[in-house]
Amino acid sequence: MADVRLEQVTRRFGSVVAVNNVDLHIKDKEFMVFLGPSGCGKTTTLRSIAGLEKIDQGRIFLGERDVTELPPGQRGIGMVFQSYALFPHMTIADNIGFGLKIKKVPASVMAERVNRVAQLLYLDNLLHRYPGQLSGGQRQRVAVARALVIEPAVLLMDEPLSNLDALLRLQMRAELKKLHHAINATTIYVTHDQVEALSLGDRIAVMKDGQIVQCDVPMEIYDKPANVFVGSFIGNPPMNFIRGEIMRENGQLLIKGRGFSITPSTRFTPILQGRSEIILGIRPENFRVQFHEPTDTTNAVRASVEVVELLGNIRLLTIDLSGSILKVSVEPHTAVNPGENVWLTWNEDKLCFYDSETEWAITPSRVSA
Amino acid sequence: MRLRKVAFYAVAILFAVWTILPIVLIALAALTPRQELYSWPRQFVPSTISLESFQFFVNSHGVLASTGRSVIVAVATVLIALLVGAPAGYALARFRFRGKEAFRIGILLTRMFPTSLLAIPLAVLYLKTNIYDTILGLAFMHAALAMPFVVLITSSLFLKVPYDLEEAAMTLGCSRIGAFARVSLPIALPSLVAAGIYTFVLSWNEVFASAVLTVHNRTLPAHIISTLNVSPLNFKFAGGFFMIIPALIFIFIVRRYLLSMWGVAINK
Amino acid sequence: MPLLRKIPLPVLLLSPTLVFLTLFFLIPLIQVSGLAFQSQDSVFTLANFERMVRDIYFDSALRNTVVLLILIIPVQLVLAFGAALIVNQRFRGSTFFLYIYAIPLGISDLAAGLIWLSIFTERGYLNSLMHNLGVLERPLIFLSSLTPKWMIAAIVLTEVWRATPLVMVILLSGLQMIAKDYIEAADTFGCSWWQKVRYVILPLLKPSIQSALIMRTMLAFQMFGPILVLAGRQLPVFASESYYWYTTVRNPRVAAAYALMLMALSLVATWIYLVVLRTREEQVGVM
Repeated sequence: MADVRLEQVTRRFGSVVAVNNVDLHIKDKEFMVFLGPSGCGKTTTLRSIAGLEKIDQGRIFLGERDVTELPPGQRGIGMVFQSYALFPHMTIADNIGFGLKIKKVPASVMAERVNRVAQLLYLDNLLHRYPGQLSGGQRQRVAVARALVIEPAVLLMDEPLSNLDALLRLQMRAELKKLHHAINATTIYVTHDQVEALSLGDRIAVMKDGQIVQCDVPMEIYDKPANVFVGSFIGNPPMNFIRGEIMRENGQLLIKGRGFSITPSTRFTPILQGRSEIILGIRPENFRVQFHEPTDTTNAVRASVEVVELLGNIRLLTIDLSGSILKVSVEPHTAVNPGENVWLTWNEDKLCFYDSETEWAITPSRVSA
Repeated sequence: MRLRKVAFYAVAILFAVWTILPIVLIALAALTPRQELYSWPRQFVPSTISLESFQFFVNSHGVLASTGRSVIVAVATVLIALLVGAPAGYALARFRFRGKEAFRIGILLTRMFPTSLLAIPLAVLYLKTNIYDTILGLAFMHAALAMPFVVLITSSLFLKVPYDLEEAAMTLGCSRIGAFARVSLPIALPSLVAAGIYTFVLSWNEVFASAVLTVHNRTLPAHIISTLNVSPLNFKFAGGFFMIIPALIFIFIVRRYLLSMWGVAINK
Repeated sequence: MPLLRKIPLPVLLLSPTLVFLTLFFLIPLIQVSGLAFQSQDSVFTLANFERMVRDIYFDSALRNTVVLLILIIPVQLVLAFGAALIVNQRFRGSTFFLYIYAIPLGISDLAAGLIWLSIFTERGYLNSLMHNLGVLERPLIFLSSLTPKWMIAAIVLTEVWRATPLVMVILLSGLQMIAKDYIEAADTFGCSWWQKVRYVILPLLKPSIQSALIMRTMLAFQMFGPILVLAGRQLPVFASESYYWYTTVRNPRVAAAYALMLMALSLVATWIYLVVLRTREEQVGVM
């Protein structure tokens, strides 16, 4: 088992920079998720770690070993492909045992190890079949078994669940999580599905345009997106962003936008001071919706409901705030109709602030920087 | 509706008869005793099935030797064309590189030239280099004719083997060549064999270049065409039937690959 | 080996083909003009072409080459399209019919010539059939210089029989690439079978028709086995003249001139097909 270090890794395809100067340290036994939209470089980064892409710059370390120049087979990785890449001309047993056969492991040991992994993944009844005779979920498990049987230091998975239907994906997600605890191998997992990322990752590296935008534990990424991109990519529906001007009135800071004006508490003063404009970020569930004018209207914003959608566990409101559209989620039993006027207030603890130009989060450290 | 169905089948069967009838007729002609072949009116079905013409053909001077040469030339053509062309087909299927489109178009363009345009200057060149009238020289010519086909067909059949599979083999410890040999090659083998058989038939059937590039070491088609004016009818009929037998067998073997040879497989 | 490792893999894989095609394609191609346009002592000359054009066989060779093409190609295209449509119906046994229709693919033009010789020869099957039907008393002679129309008909039949499957296979692969949705969309408008063929299938098949025509025309220009078997020099074409000049007259220079003429004809035909059957980029199917 080993940690993985990327140092200034760059990979270009012609004039396109697929991976741009990426530094990352993945700890031993950690479950790391690369998350991002298609074309963000997450798969190329994974393939660079596997050795399937030759990187143009930088170094890659697995444990103490510099593997930058090593071919894939000598790196000590196991990989699960998006398409599973099961060899169609071999039985399941031969597929799983392939890596051991190449490494010239004696037949008896090989059979023993194949059986053990097959049991772990409930494949022991299928060993004599061919991949073409298996269902999608079974093939997925064979792909995992084939990667695991060689006891890799690092397990790499490239969107392994994306070819499964929704229900099966949910089930396999839980199985993968259980498996990770059972084998305790460092795992790197590529996905574009934010729910998968949040549910599986010890940490998530959110990527965009070949760079890691934010790398942190799931809760931090969800609660404190590093920039507007992360906030809108993670969470369904995404975070709301509202632009506002910062004003000083009677010695107090005010945020004024289209159709609203609020007075933030003084603890935000270090963030707001010296700026003329700001972007507020609020998750849909962090609003409070009132149907009657509250007694204290200082921080209540009046808006009208446009669309009401029942999503089962929540009721999603599309709210028009003088031209800007907000997504707000409320209890599914809330009685609300399109056209109604409501008053919105929010949980100040969950409020995020972003620079109006760079769209990056304003944190005390960033203020000083 | 019923009538349309009957009409449809009638047309389908009619076309099948049109295709098969001439082959049946040459077979009958080849198996008719010499006497009946020249009698008037000739019966469609001979009174006895006779191997007389066949024996006459096979025992004629030069036939067996040229048949042997035809087989050797065809086998050599398949080997040369596959050894030289298949790597290029693989490269076209697997790599992105500059000039790839130009290469592909160049390969396609080589199909545009008439055989005579190549065979005549090659004959002159061969005379100078002492490979004129040799089996190898003719095999090179046939391989050149088959090359565009082999490159494009191998490229399309390797494209059908996902590159993922080779990559998976590499992550499991194979070298690049090992991954190809253990994964792509076994999967592509049946279609490669089909392509090889097709190339064999191409060489076996080729007439013009064979006739121009050989004098004493003629292949079977070259032998038949150069003796046309002095051969009796039964020799011609037996020869015609003899030539199409291997072609018929080979086409039967590769029948599943007929369409994929030209770009698309039959969707079943 | 260390040196080999430095060369990029694609280059390594492509180079055998490139070397081979240079040796056995490019050099002969350059050489052929050298032969046709030079005299024995390598001086530029048009004498070879003059000799070709003055030859008594040239005019009829040119005429026959073009006439045969004009007679063969359209018939072949229609038959092949019909056969492709039949097989594409996917009825029970359609693959069986496909195999049957494809049989002549494996047969050389020489063998095809011999096959049809057994039909058209004086005591051949055609005469026998007509006799059995009571149409004829004495056999007709089809293949002689006195009956050039019959010779042409025999050659056209031979070529149509032998090479229609090639066109069919190309058209069939094209047909199978046409998404069913287009046809079903036409069905929803109540199109008749003919309307579907006319307004949906044929336009979408144009690229396949084009490549089939180009390929077939090129091969039809080269056809010479049936000519030699069924007509000999009584019906000269460019390909057979090129052969005679090389083998009988032993003059590779005039033979090369004929080969170049053949090439020129092929190029003209290809150009015509490319212009007439142009498919505009934006009309290519999106499915």
